[in-house]
Amino acid sequence: MAATQVVRSEWTKIRSVASTVWTLSLAVVVTIALGMLISALSKNEFETMSARDRLSFDPTFISFAGMSLGQLAMIVFGVLVVSNEYSTGMIRASLAAVPRRGTFLLSKLAVATALALVVSMATSFATFFLGQAMLGEHKASLGDDGVLRAVIGGGLYMTLIALFSMGVAAMLRSPMLSLGILMPFFFLISNILGNVDATKKVGQFLPDQAGSRIMQVVTPLDDDTPYGPWGGLGIMALWVIAAVVGGYVLLKRRDAQ
Amino acid sequence: MIELEGLTKRYGEKVAVKDLTFTVRPGIITGFLGPNGAGKSTTMRMILGLDHPTAGDVRIDGTRYDRLKDPLTCIGALLEAKGVHPGRSAYNHLLCLAQSNGIPRQRVHEVLDTVGLTAVARKKAKGFSLGMGQRLGIAAALLGDPRILMFDEPVNGLDPEGIHWIRTLMKSLAAQGRTVFVSSHLMSEMALTADHLVVIGQGRLLADTSMAEFIERNSRSYVRVRSPQRERLLDALRQAGVTAVESGDGALEVDGSKAEYIGELAARQQLVLHELSPQQASLEEAFMRLTAESVEYHAHTGTGTPAPPRQQWGESWKKG
Amino acid sequence: MIEAVGLTKRYGDKTAVYNLSFQVRPGAVTGFLGPNGSGKSTTMRMILGLDNPTAGQVTIGGYPYRRLPNAPRQVGALLDAKAVHGGRSARNHLLSLAQLSGIPARRVDEVLGVVGLHEVARRRSKGFSLGMGQRLGIAAALLGDPQVLLFDEPVNGLDPEGILWVRNLMKALAAEGRTVFVSSHLMSEMALTADHLIVIGRGQLLADMSVTDFISANSADFARVRTPDTEPQQREKLSAAITEAGGHVLPEQDGALRVTGLALPRISDIAHDSDVRLWELSPHQASLEEAYMRMTQGAVDYRSTTDQKAGLQQPLPPGAQPPVPVPGQGQPGWYAPPPPQQGGQPFAAPQGVPGQAPAGPYGAPGAPGAAPGAPAPNPYAQPAPQAPQAPPAQAPAAPPAVPAAPPTAPAADLTKPEDAR
Repeated sequence: MAATQVVRSEWTKIRSVASTVWTLSLAVVVTIALGMLISALSKNEFETMSARDRLSFDPTFISFAGMSLGQLAMIVFGVLVVSNEYSTGMIRASLAAVPRRGTFLLSKLAVATALALVVSMATSFATFFLGQAMLGEHKASLGDDGVLRAVIGGGLYMTLIALFSMGVAAMLRSPMLSLGILMPFFFLISNILGNVDATKKVGQFLPDQAGSRIMQVVTPLDDDTPYGPWGGLGIMALWVIAAVVGGYVLLKRRDAQ
Repeated sequence: MIELEGLTKRYGEKVAVKDLTFTVRPGIITGFLGPNGAGKSTTMRMILGLDHPTAGDVRIDGTRYDRLKDPLTCIGALLEAKGVHPGRSAYNHLLCLAQSNGIPRQRVHEVLDTVGLTAVARKKAKGFSLGMGQRLGIAAALLGDPRILMFDEPVNGLDPEGIHWIRTLMKSLAAQGRTVFVSSHLMSEMALTADHLVVIGQGRLLADTSMAEFIERNSRSYVRVRSPQRERLLDALRQAGVTAVESGDGALEVDGSKAEYIGELAARQQLVLHELSPQQASLEEAFMRLTAESVEYHAHTGTGTPAPPRQQWGESWKKG
Repeated sequence: MIEAVGLTKRYGDKTAVYNLSFQVRPGAVTGFLGPNGSGKSTTMRMILGLDNPTAGQVTIGGYPYRRLPNAPRQVGALLDAKAVHGGRSARNHLLSLAQLSGIPARRVDEVLGVVGLHEVARRRSKGFSLGMGQRLGIAAALLGDPQVLLFDEPVNGLDPEGILWVRNLMKALAAEGRTVFVSSHLMSEMALTADHLIVIGRGQLLADMSVTDFISANSADFARVRTPDTEPQQREKLSAAITEAGGHVLPEQDGALRVTGLALPRISDIAHDSDVRLWELSPHQASLEEAYMRMTQGAVDYRSTTDQKAGLQQPLPPGAQPPVPVPGQGQPGWYAPPPPQQGGQPFAAPQGVPGQAPAGPYGAPGAPGAAPGAPAPNPYAQPAPQAPQAPPAQAPAAPPAVPAAPPTAPAADLTKPEDAR
């Protein structure tokens, strides 16, 4: 059984369900629309900002503001791609067809991640350009120092979020359970931990907090983050690897549901 | 050929399957019977490598399942009708399975045609009835034209035409020399389909015999005899040391003798017989007798408890 | 007593049930048969007042269901086993039903005991197997101790002991003088359970008669005759004598003879006269399934075709014949119904007719290419499956002559399950 056969099969699976289309388009639309909205609002607020705030004004990062919500659709995409197999019972047919579970999981993740990467990169560039257009005279340009890195990083960030969700879903199997843990985690808990002083040190090392650092071009004044943009993405990558390895080990060991 | 050797599966304390050893041979239909919770599904899942055995192993034509190259071309299985993504079409469901085993696209159209789903191939599986889902599952099993086929409750949800079709299908698959392994709860259906039986109860092997032998061993068989010269026949039987009981409708029931023996006896005595028919208990009776003897069985199903006396029904509350 | 008079149901253009009149009498188990999509579920739903008939009416004890005084205590039904809130326990589910119709809680525990669910009564029904769900549904049907009971596919998901239990339960309910109306696809099960049959196809009544009459009307009774294995000439002699006497003889696989057209005593006499000793002489009736298939052939919605397997084979050069299955191997089934439009004798039920063509490797019944006597089908020339437009009047023994099938195409609405139509 060649891996290419399995990859082709996984591509058929992913393209033949409607949830792929609507989760990914939701991610694109929400990220871009919210990014544009916040950029437009920031442009108007710039006049009333303090000098201190103006110093740390980061037009690139502002245009990525939509990602905080758009990533949730990415999470749903990642979770559904994997957990659909379990919730529908398809996993039995899939594993009977591809008994080498490593090949099965890696092919599935490879196909879904490649798709997520293409969509995320396109979204990242689109939200950057449209966001900058909204910012008017305060805009950054792609040639500025660190901006290209931030835009590419934005695409990578969204892809890694999807892949992380796939790993978690492979461990938890149930779509409701996976979403019930991931959604509040990224939407609430991570934000709370990152903004409360006492827990800030821990919060910094959570995947989304560390990973989103790559989208910052201007560092805040009182920044004491112990890692740089790529370091942050590296921390996020470690989380992703842990989730995928965990998913792989459990799939390998467990009985098919 | 499917070979099980000392197959055991434990879930924590509970033993689902214990030391199961048997072989499913090609060219015949082997029925797999057992009460609910006997371990049938667990066994079938272990055959397909879906569950890992605690001990023992399974070989598919001599190979471990996870070492099979393109397993669907070797063994096809219908496990549960509802193993389909509701948003995916029947065609795409089969296509992704086919692609994973390098089976050409053309074959997907063929199996859809075989099971009669061509007209709805592009519709989402969400709208499928139980019977249509079952046909889709059968299509998936046939996809790789495998030498071994395994069906779990294949007639579930099918209408009589479908039931007759799947029975004929399984017989023709076996006649082509393939291995066919079928589990079912419908004894009357099994009696028409299977040649050989593997019966388990409480995860243990209870029987591994041919259908005829199984019924013979687990039930009473007798010969019904009817004759216009009833008294002479009774005398003749008595002289030959054969006991006959009256069955109530004028016929005699003879235990412990073969029909041919009674036929010869009657011919010697110039007796006219209007009926001479060997009677066998049904597979269901034989199965009930066998599984009733497996001690722990009743504790496990809710059915073991006898229903309260019927008069009690409703009476208690209607009066009160 | 359930009584339908001119019952008709249309969904837009599609006629699900047409002019159905029948009675379900108390004291017997009445089986309700029909292919998928024939309108069985729709009829059941109209009996229970869930659907409104387009024309005609159906009454229970003289009243339409909705005007029935205290309906839950008069009628119990098992329609869809999974119509239970997954988070509710079996006991609470029944309790809520009981409270709706003023039945005391004591009765809930009674029926839970009857169906054998008392041990799991307080567990949430989400973890129930199909069989347990079925038992819960039966418990709900029995709750009001009703005189009229309807069961739709009651043995679904039950294990052999459960199946036996349901069969005995239905017989016992009928023996108590209740009206028991059961639909099922399992002919072998129906043959053991039902006393009376109502058969519909494409929404119209095909038969309304006792099980024995139904089988006799739709297939031939026959006798199995065996002569001493050791003397084959005796077999030949008997065959010749029987044929001479006007009987019809067909060989069976194990060397016995299948004789139609002569009564058992007559066969016995013929054997006696021609000095042939008998090893077996047993009366047989065709199976209910056989009779049913004969009757409903024109009324089936889905058809399976032969498996061509071209996708797995090297393409053949033009004009070359694909391998043809060996006759006798392809269809070892114990009978193959001849499509009625092939003419011939619809009631002769030959078993293993020599020279009969197999219906391809995965022979499907009634597939047009699989007619007996026709050459083995060329898989590449297989015509598309089509519902035979056979005038069912060719089944003359069925008393209510079958009206011509309505012109609705079977492919009209295949995506919806029968019950959703």
